[in-house]
Amino acid sequence: MDATFKPRDTRQVEDAVKWAAAEDQPLEVVGHGSKRKLGRPVQAAHVLDLSGLTGIESYEPAELVLTVKAGTAIAEVEKLVGDNGQELSFEPMDYGPLLGEEPGRGTVGGVLAANLSGPRRIKAGAARDHVLGMEAVSGRGEIFNSGGKVVKNVTGYDLPRALCGSFGTLAVATTVTLKVNPKPETSATFLLDGLEEADAIKALCLAMGSSAEVSGAAHLPGGIDGEAGKTVLRLEGFETSVDYRFKTLEKLLAQFGAPARLAEEESGKLWRNIRDVLPFASSETPVWRVSVAPASGPMLVERLKAALDMRAFFDWSGGLVWLSCDDGELHEAEIRAALQDAGGGHATLVRADPSVRSTVPVFQPQPAPLAALSRRLKEQFDPKGILNAGRMVAGV
Amino acid sequence: MTAIAMPAPDRDVLARRREILSALQAIVPGEGVIHDEREMRAYETDALTAYRQLPLIVVLPETVDQVSRVLRYCYDNDVKVVPRGAGTSLSGGALPLEDGVLLSMMKFNQVLDIDYANRAVVVQPGVTNLGITRAVEGEGFYYAPDPSSQIACSIGGNIAENSGGVHCLKYGLTTNNVLGLEMVLITGEVIRLGGKHLDSEGYDFLALMTGSEGLLGVVTEVTVRILQKPETARALLIGFPASEDGGRCVADIIAAGIIPGGMEMMDRLAIHAAEDFVHAGYPLDVEALLIVELDGPEREVDYLIGRVEEIARAHAASHVRISANEEERMTFWAGRKAAFPAVGRISPDYLCMDGTIPRRELPKVLARMRDLGEKHGLRVANVFHAGDGNLHPLILYDANKPGELEAAEAFGADILRLCVEVGGVLTGEHGVGIEKRDLMTEMFSEDDLKQQQRVKCAFDEKHLLNPGKVFPLLHRCAELGKMHVHKGQLPFPDIPRF
Repeated sequence: MDATFKPRDTRQVEDAVKWAAAEDQPLEVVGHGSKRKLGRPVQAAHVLDLSGLTGIESYEPAELVLTVKAGTAIAEVEKLVGDNGQELSFEPMDYGPLLGEEPGRGTVGGVLAANLSGPRRIKAGAARDHVLGMEAVSGRGEIFNSGGKVVKNVTGYDLPRALCGSFGTLAVATTVTLKVNPKPETSATFLLDGLEEADAIKALCLAMGSSAEVSGAAHLPGGIDGEAGKTVLRLEGFETSVDYRFKTLEKLLAQFGAPARLAEEESGKLWRNIRDVLPFASSETPVWRVSVAPASGPMLVERLKAALDMRAFFDWSGGLVWLSCDDGELHEAEIRAALQDAGGGHATLVRADPSVRSTVPVFQPQPAPLAALSRRLKEQFDPKGILNAGRMVAGV
Repeated sequence: MTAIAMPAPDRDVLARRREILSALQAIVPGEGVIHDEREMRAYETDALTAYRQLPLIVVLPETVDQVSRVLRYCYDNDVKVVPRGAGTSLSGGALPLEDGVLLSMMKFNQVLDIDYANRAVVVQPGVTNLGITRAVEGEGFYYAPDPSSQIACSIGGNIAENSGGVHCLKYGLTTNNVLGLEMVLITGEVIRLGGKHLDSEGYDFLALMTGSEGLLGVVTEVTVRILQKPETARALLIGFPASEDGGRCVADIIAAGIIPGGMEMMDRLAIHAAEDFVHAGYPLDVEALLIVELDGPEREVDYLIGRVEEIARAHAASHVRISANEEERMTFWAGRKAAFPAVGRISPDYLCMDGTIPRRELPKVLARMRDLGEKHGLRVANVFHAGDGNLHPLILYDANKPGELEAAEAFGADILRLCVEVGGVLTGEHGVGIEKRDLMTEMFSEDDLKQQQRVKCAFDEKHLLNPGKVFPLLHRCAELGKMHVHKGQLPFPDIPRF
């Protein structure tokens, strides 16, 4: 009996999970299903489809707080807050284009389950940093609330934040409270042409360490987006301030050449391309996402490119490296070894066939005591292993 | 005696004190183990001084290996452990247990690595909050979270409490500024979380550790993000004849897309106490005083000062002053920063509360608080992180008058219940500790608290780390782990199925 359950409210989610736990029937938890190709494929006969759990519960712009059902489309939320001069400042990325899916889909719950952030993460923090409260159903079928609906709260463990990035393996989020921020009045991009990687990242790190309040710092080497390399810094805020900070950067980075200035529209397009990894969207080669100390990014890439047929570009001031293995091979061992030598971090296989993602560790393997702690947390929240079984690690 | 009871000590552990002492002395040599009653007095309380308790033994390890072996010994021998940083907790988070080892981390006081390119600093947990800024300010950097105890409080304690400060509306709490940790589990296992990179995958234990009040593990190393100091900062001092206008002014500043570096409000009693104490030049004929600090690039700050002034005038502000220089800005802050000691001058004792409310509820909460004050026969002064709704009512009382501490605690509990009732929370930045432990059921259901304790069970199934804090009732992990399921039922006829 393969079934898709489409609950309309939290109670029905509870019912479905309780049944699954009692009958030892694993569930695949999905929203729009737009990120199904991310992580390890889930082995489950039944689907718990949260896309019917929609609606804005409350939104108070002056309190900077939004409470929304987890199955609500992220696009709808972004539109609503945008219409009120606000934004989700973690700038959720859209994996659709990279994974061969339609763009613009995905739910709030899905964005949080995968902890998806964009270029502004370096200034504003990740998705996890904007979650204030959550109602969820654990793998035991217990409804619980955690966190609150105010922007400052330290009452109890920070479960809402901790459930971000857990890919629905601990609990099913049903309602979430997010912190929203004012949308900047304007934005502009500071563009330097033709820098080599090492110089480019040096420029980005210098800018990040300045008082220019940079909200995007990326480097697209030559061949990624046009012939020449593009080193770009985004400035956002009140117009007078953006102009002023542009001049600050001009002085600070004079040694790297004279900049061009991209106006708001062009700037917006460029950062969306970077956010959604569009330079790699048209191919089908394996893609890795590597989180590393920013200044170590170029070293990592230089070493890999010297040995392998790879393309790479950098976001987060060098700390987020997107790698495309153009020979079609995975190169897992080489990438993880290079990352280790670069001081460690996380390498995640974000695009590969399901059969590959079932056998190769998609996420960065953990040392034994940390892996054991992860298993213990999973056992506490989902002792029967029914929620998205194996989505992150085999057997968890 | 005060109202909050701690768990009954384990007689068996008390009887084994000598044996435990010699085992700990074998792990941490010399003066690193304190057992003399007089010397242990220094550790009997934290900044919630109404509560005092001598620990079983005090241990001050110097290496991660020692921390690991001490915890492993305690785990194997069922001895409780209370971790402690600088002891500045306002909620009793570091209150010792009679049958527990007090583990002081203050010998871990080294800055290990300063990395400007990655904007990261690696320190040991006993380094003070301000110590991090001191280590990098020569290059123009600073560590953003600034709890008022920042000169004394340790970064390890900041992790435990997820400390905030006046700048956290714009720059975030500790949790938004920590990149990585090294920590020791109660089993003695050492794990590392995060690092100088931004995103870590797997379960977010860093999020769970930050604000865990010493219940999950002992932090031995911390990596934090540092920022370049804002180019400039200027402040406005704004007085309102009615606190409602002050509240509306705050809302309109935010609605205008302005997130100030700091936005603090004081009520009449707090204003008068502060002015009497430091003579900051505060107006005395107002009900609410607002300090709005704008920081950032000079041009932006000048522009926003003008915008905020307009908004203030539109809300019937009776006084508006704008700092013309750094000295004047500091004067504006002097009264606010001295508000606690200033209140200490007009009352023998005070209790500092820490609830958060939705800002729109401020007028209602202030009015209800006045009524509650009459009910309990005590006065209250309010300072308020106005931008994020974090309220610090200071309840004035005299511990030498019989019953006044109890009345103050009851008043405080009523205020926190009120915060929850209007949609807020029990604590914005001071932590639950013992102080708010018994109020957790006001905010959370039994099932809510069960999930919290399941986190605890994943880390410390024997409940040896800091028991008696945060949770009003300790469920045994074996009991919590039971699944109550009814086989064979298919009780979801209402769920649409396909």
